[in-house]
Amino acid sequence: MKKRRWKTGLALLAGVALFGLSACKSTSNSSSNSKVKTIGVLQLVEHDSLDDAYKGFVAGLKENGYKEGDNLKLIFQNAQNNQDNLKSMSEKLVKEKPDLLLGIATPSAQSLLNETQTTPIVVTAVTDLKAAKLVQSDKKPGGNVTGTTDMVPIKQQIALLMSIVPKAKKVGIMYNSGEANSKIQAALAKKELQKAGVTVVEKTASTTNDVQQVTTSLANNTDAIYIPTDNTFASAASVVGEIAKEKKIPVITGSVGQTNDGGLATYGIDYRSLGKQTAKMAVKILKGKASPATMPVESSTDLQLVVNKEMAKALGIDPSSIKAPK
Amino acid sequence: MTIIENLPSLFVSSASQGLLWSLLAIGVFLTFRILDIADLTAEGTFPLGGAVAATAIVNGLSPILATLLGFISGMIAGFISGILHTKLKIPALLAGIITMTGLYSINSRIMGAPNIPLLGQKNIFSWVNDFFVVEKVWAVVITGCIVLLLVILLLIFFFKTEIGLAIRATGDNPDMSEANGINTDTMKIIGYMISNGCIALAGSLLAQNNGFADLNSGVGTIVIGLASIIIAEVLFANKSFGIRLLTIVLGAIIYRFIIAIILEFPIDQNDLKLYSAIILVLCLTSPLLKNKLGRKRKKAHTTGGAK
Repeated sequence: MKKRRWKTGLALLAGVALFGLSACKSTSNSSSNSKVKTIGVLQLVEHDSLDDAYKGFVAGLKENGYKEGDNLKLIFQNAQNNQDNLKSMSEKLVKEKPDLLLGIATPSAQSLLNETQTTPIVVTAVTDLKAAKLVQSDKKPGGNVTGTTDMVPIKQQIALLMSIVPKAKKVGIMYNSGEANSKIQAALAKKELQKAGVTVVEKTASTTNDVQQVTTSLANNTDAIYIPTDNTFASAASVVGEIAKEKKIPVITGSVGQTNDGGLATYGIDYRSLGKQTAKMAVKILKGKASPATMPVESSTDLQLVVNKEMAKALGIDPSSIKAPK
Repeated sequence: MTIIENLPSLFVSSASQGLLWSLLAIGVFLTFRILDIADLTAEGTFPLGGAVAATAIVNGLSPILATLLGFISGMIAGFISGILHTKLKIPALLAGIITMTGLYSINSRIMGAPNIPLLGQKNIFSWVNDFFVVEKVWAVVITGCIVLLLVILLLIFFFKTEIGLAIRATGDNPDMSEANGINTDTMKIIGYMISNGCIALAGSLLAQNNGFADLNSGVGTIVIGLASIIIAEVLFANKSFGIRLLTIVLGAIIYRFIIAIILEFPIDQNDLKLYSAIILVLCLTSPLLKNKLGRKRKKAHTTGGAK
């Protein structure tokens, strides 16, 4: 009996190893060309904004002459939101001796930095690089990490909100308090709203299952709602949209995706162009023209006003009356 | 670079992580197998351990003290689950889920932010690193071994004491134990506390190894614990208590090794969880398959009726 147990275990491992052998043949031929640059990518979870950032990054590399399969090898890892995988994935990526690493979202970026203090790392979709201890300061990162922040222009977004509902007395903010980025943004938005003289009601949801109730509760009690760029609320944006239409309440969102899926308007960043911007920084590093230590963290240069016309009609607002804040 | 070339380093890294994860698996084992209770508190106590240790370290406490505080915080959480289950008569599964849910907010309070970076901070491994002057991964292996040895020895010793034996009796046969004058409720609560202490200890060590504590790091941890236990049981059956704890360590290492190998495949990244699930099914069903095959063989070999 004992022996058989061993055999089962060994067979299991052997099976896995064999599968690995057969699988690796197909990928081990591209590194012979010395001009090929290798980039390891670690993404936390699949999600519209993060996916867009990655797509924009790849497109940006292509525009700058780095094409996958040609002179670029991309190794992509996605933890599917299981953080226990981040460590193994970072180790794997570093072991591939890449020329550059890309970390998408805060925990992925931290995990990569924990693994290597020498390989250049660019990050994106991180709101506050300094608070996440990825850089010493935004102007002078000082280490092997730099990148783009997805901090949205909250001041302008609140100005946009107030221009749509100038008579608002009570404004709701909803987000997932478990997301570092959202919490920072919510606090800033609260400050701006209070400056504008309105009462702020904050509500949080920790999973998409709670979004419906939180939204309903806020929609019943406020004149408008603000949602920062929040993964949980982005995933459930259509739920928010339905309630917003029903209760006739304008929802201003942090991201373009959220507005398209269920918000009224945003003045914000496009993750695809943020990814492209990140790629430009990566290219400078790949070409040896700059090093992360002295490359300041960049914020999006491509801010745009996006209005969900269908939503505007449902709320009885003329879309053309919504103007970008100054 | 082929997978075969990578195997040694994959194994070392899996071993370093598996050693830490095995503390979680041992914790889950204590409730799941010794007390025969399915306790889901793990998904809350794991990030709790990380939260407490990280907060303590950031506030200047020594990493060893911080890790110890992590362990104690887990025991408190286990105490709550234990009370909910035994005194308030809430079914074990629900009691665990309730504590886990509550801990989400508590962890958020402790951390004050959803994510505490520990990059560049002193941690329990850097201490060993300075002392022995080795590569980081070996520092983790050495520290992991020291902590595990300590925990396993303490557990072996504890489960030989009167209380320890009473806990084991409670798990084996609660009615009989009660008839023999054992306070089964108290025994269960103590079991819950030790179990969740170990899980939080794993959380505090892994946060230090990962370079950050995150509010959402508990997702899926119970699966890691159970998988490690099952792998251990598939490979090594019917061992004494102490040896079982050691086999769980191996189980946890093998689980991480399997994950590391899956990562080496050029698989579609969206399928990662599916592959993990398939591997788990393979592990979980292998005892069944083996039994069936074993019986057939027995039938073929013996003329008399096999059992």
